[in-house]
This record gives sequence, structure tokens and C-alpha cells, in this order.
Amino acid sequence: MGTRHQGQYGCPMASISPARRALEHAPWSRATWRDTAFVASGVPLQFAGWTIGAAFWTVWIPVNLVPLVVLATVSLLAMLLALRPLTSWQRERCWAMLGLEISRMPDFDDGRPWDALRNLRSPEVWRVIRYHLVVGPFLAVGALTTLATWMAGAFLATCASYAWALPYSNPLSLSAHAIRIGVLSGLGVLLLLAAPWVAAAVRRADARAAVTLLGPDRAAELERRVEDLAEKRASVVDAADLERRRIERDLHDGAQQRLVSLALNLGLARETLSGVPDEAMQVIIEAHEEAKEALTELRNLIRGLHPAVLEDRGLDAALSGVAARVPLEVALRVEVEPRASSTVEAVAYFVVSEALTNVVKHARASAVEVTVLREGDTLRVVVTDDGVGGADPSGGTGLTGLARRVQSVDGTFRISSPAGGPTTVTVELPCAL
Amino acid sequence: MRIVIAEDSVLLRAGLIKLLETSGFEVAAAVGEAEGLLAAVRQHRPDAAIVDVRMPPGFTDEGVRAALVMRREAPEVAVLLLSQFVEERYAADLLSTSTSGVGYLLKDRVADVSVFLDALRRVAAGGTALDPEVVSQLLLRRHRDPLDRLTPREKEVLALMAEGRSNAGIAGALVVSESAVAKHINSIFAKLDLPHAEGDHRRVLAVLRFLDGDT
Repeated sequence: MGTRHQGQYGCPMASISPARRALEHAPWSRATWRDTAFVASGVPLQFAGWTIGAAFWTVWIPVNLVPLVVLATVSLLAMLLALRPLTSWQRERCWAMLGLEISRMPDFDDGRPWDALRNLRSPEVWRVIRYHLVVGPFLAVGALTTLATWMAGAFLATCASYAWALPYSNPLSLSAHAIRIGVLSGLGVLLLLAAPWVAAAVRRADARAAVTLLGPDRAAELERRVEDLAEKRASVVDAADLERRRIERDLHDGAQQRLVSLALNLGLARETLSGVPDEAMQVIIEAHEEAKEALTELRNLIRGLHPAVLEDRGLDAALSGVAARVPLEVALRVEVEPRASSTVEAVAYFVVSEALTNVVKHARASAVEVTVLREGDTLRVVVTDDGVGGADPSGGTGLTGLARRVQSVDGTFRISSPAGGPTTVTVELPCAL
Repeated sequence: MRIVIAEDSVLLRAGLIKLLETSGFEVAAAVGEAEGLLAAVRQHRPDAAIVDVRMPPGFTDEGVRAALVMRREAPEVAVLLLSQFVEERYAADLLSTSTSGVGYLLKDRVADVSVFLDALRRVAAGGTALDPEVVSQLLLRRHRDPLDRLTPREKEVLALMAEGRSNAGIAGALVVSESAVAKHINSIFAKLDLPHAEGDHRRVLAVLRFLDGDT
């Protein structure tokens, strides 16, 4: 954003050759006419603030104190109320003529017209006041100077054409008159050549003032944007978490129950049917075994999504279930009091179960140590195995997915895995999202 | 034997009823949520109740909570919890009241009809039936007590005891002789500092010690 503004109103001239620069500031160039039109269009708006205030006093100048104070207050209020439309017209002008976009300021632009008056403590309001009542008039003077330069230049440069009408002191010294006309013409040409530079300078000053005084403060704007993005991200993460839970519930209520029922019926058939041909019985037995395997697979899949016990009893309970399923010696220590937000718990659960899956798949370890501790507002998850090490976070999709999920809640992910081991995965998560 | 079923999936409820009735059980009532279960138990006084853990309205652990109420109100009614996932924490809750007449199995186990019916009969007769997966979870969480002194083999034996198996059953499962099992059990009793008493009572104590963790 900053660079765009810079290009529009500032001086991106450093990289441009003097010749190009001179050409750009030629009296006939587009940029010159745009600058002139821009600064000229600002004049009525820039004088408007004081004009509105002064208008009341041209009608009536009271002599007594009370009406004096009343009139002063009224004119002041009128000036302040005019600030908002003036500001938005100024922004429109910048956008229409320079393509320069100046964002709105919530403290100043939002709410009813008189809200800006109540926000008098806001720096935004004071910057706007500064533009319209202090800087603006100077800019208008600059703009008038620009116009005067153009006009004086034009009059003088063409003075030869009406030289006959000009007074000359001595009818005998025609040559002196001619010299004077020549000098004046030359001066006019110089003014015409100078006018574009004046116009550009005033345009630059005006645009800069508009951006810094009528738009939001860069730092404040960025801060707001960060807040906004953080909020959006949190809601996206929460939505994803909710979706995972929904899928888990759907699978649990649907496919899983059906499969159990199918396996039950096959089991019943297997045990109770008699007089079935051997081949048919073989098919039943195979189908029964398949159904049971499918159940196990589905169960593992669902549990990886979002176990009900996590919501219900917290990380300790959920993780002991995970640890028990790992065919290794797992030392588990979970101390999370008070509980973290449910999204963060879900991430911590995912981290441990993914890390353990990785250990089983790749580490050739015999023992794993898992600790999940709450330290203030941070949830620290450490998984250490005594395996062969050499885990590459850029290699496997497991570790990348893990890191990504941790980052989604603003957590940090570190892995230390020298060749020969041990491998330690350390994850820190903010407890509240 | 009279059974009450609480299972919210209509399909599975029908399957369970069919399974039990073809196997000679009497299904006194089959309901879809926890409140109905408590009412049915009060009304029918069955020998055992088969209870799904996850039921309406919350779909979390309604079954476990209903089972706990049942244990208090009607301790003579055995409870067999069924769940898509076994959780050590739920088992600990359930077993904290008493270890007789309770069971906790993965729902998948109903597919192995005879094993499931055995477990049901065992629970109804006042025994325990814990899913091997629950047992391994419980073992994992009980590192830091006298159980640490047990050898891996002894832990296996103890786990099978917790599942409710007899010495012969344990011997069959581990493919060892019954006398070897008895030796292991004696060693377990010694390591857990269990007082001398009648065999079965000590057995229960060992299982209790095993289950009595940081619940």
C-alpha cells in the first residue's frame, strides 16, 4: 500500500533520468495538466473550513458578550460539522484525479455526524482538523500561486502580440521598448517552464497531507488489520474444528453403527447357521472378519478426528487412550489446569497422536515420553523418542501437516532429530484462542 | 436371564435383541436413552443391563453416568457398557464403585457372538469383563505404584484377571500351564502386599489394587 501511494504522489524519481524528468514536467505534459487541475480543484475545499466559520460573522457581529459567545460556538460547531463532508470530498478528489485511495477512519467517519465531535480525544479527529483549518489554507495558497504562475507566464510570454497597446515612456526609444518586450516575453516563457514544477510540488504536498492527515495512521491501520486477520483466522480454525466434530458424529451415528450391526449379523450367522455348505460358510467367515477389520480401521480414523472423550474429560483422558494404542512403552504426563480452549485442546491432541504415529512408523524407537504441561497461558507439548532420529520436517507429510495445524492457532513447532536420535518434537500453543 | 438394553441406534438395538433372543436371553426392555434406561431398570429389575456409552441428549458419556446411578440404586443389576471407543477414564469411573457385576467392552466385540455372550453371562453372574484395550490403557496409567514391581508377564496375568478370567482361562490365553499361572498369581499377591485370605477374595483385591489409581 505504502509503495503505491509513494508512486502516486511522492517522488519515485530517483530511478528516472533527468531528461525523462524534464519531459514529465514540460508545460504540455499530461502530468502537468493533471497536477494543475488537481491543485486548482482543492482551493474551494481547502478554504471552505474557515469560510463556513467566517460566514456567520459577515452577517452579524455582536457587541455584547453573550451573543458573542453564542455566535462563536455556533460557528465553531458549523465548522466541525462540515469536516466530515469536506473530508470525504477531499478523498474523492484524490481518488478521482490521482487514483490515490485514502481509507476511512472509523473514529471519525463512522456513526452519526455529531459522533465525530464526541470523539474529540481521538487523534484522528485532530488530524482532520489540522488538514482543513491549518494545512489546507496554505495548500490553497500554494495552488493559487501555481495558477498565478501559469497566468503570469502566459500573459508575459505573449506580450509581443499586444505590445502596441502597452505604454511606453519615450516614443523615440522604440528599440528600448522592443528590448523590454523581449525581456518580458523571456520571463513569461521561464514562468511557463517553472509552473509545472510548482504545480508538481504543490500536488505532492497536498497529496502527502491528505494521506497523512485524512487517512488512518499507518501503524494504527496495520494494527487494526492484524486484529481483524487474527479474528478471521480464529473463526476459520474454529469452523474447521467444528466441521471435524460434525464428521466424527456423522460417522459415529451412521457408518459405524451400520458396520457393527453388519458384523453382528454375520457373527450370528457364523455361530447359528447349520447345514450350510462349507464354501458358503467360508464366505460368511471371511465377510465377518472383513467387517471386523473395517470396524477397527473406521474406529481408528474417527478417533483421530476428534474423540468425544476429549470434549468431555479433557486432554489427559483422551491422550491416555491414544498412548495405550501405541505398541511402545509410553510415559505420559499431562497437567493442564485449567483446561485450554477446545480448539487448542484439539490441536494438542492431534499433535500428540500424529507424533506418536510418526514414531511408530519411522523412528524404530522402544520408548516414548509425552508431556503436556500448561505454563501460564502456554500449552507445552513435548514428545521425545529414543529412536534413530533423522526426521526431516520437510520430507514427510505427517510433520508438515502437524506444523501447519500448530501454526493455525499461532503456535510454534520445533523438531530436533539428529541422526542417531533422539527425536524431540516441541510444540507451544497459546491456551486461549 | 432378563436383560435391559439401552442403545440409541435403532439398527443396533434390533441386532442386539435378535442376538440375545436367539441365544436364550429374555429382553425385558430396549430403550434409546439414559432416562428410559433408569426407568426400565426400576420397573423390570433385570439381571443385567447392556448400556451404550454415548446416548442422547449430549452424545458424550450419558451411558457411564446412567450406569453410575444404577450401581447406586440397584447394585444387584449387572451393567455391561458398550462403546465405540473405550476410554480408561470411563472405566475408572465405572469401577470406582465396585468391580463386581460390571463390564466395559468395545461395541465391535458384539460381532464375536460367543465371546460377547460369555462376557455378558460373566458380568450377570457378578464378575467383570473389561475390554483388552481398556486393560492396556489402565496398565499404562498405573506406572507409579506397586504395580511397577510386577514383571511384564505378571502384568499380563493381572490384566487377564481384571478381564474376569479364571486361572484356566488365563493359562489358555497365555499358552502356559495352569500351575505357572498360579505361581504368577502368588507372586502378584506377594508384590502387592495382599493379606492372606480366601483365593477369590485376594483375586478381587489384586484387581482392585490394579484398578485403584488416581481416579
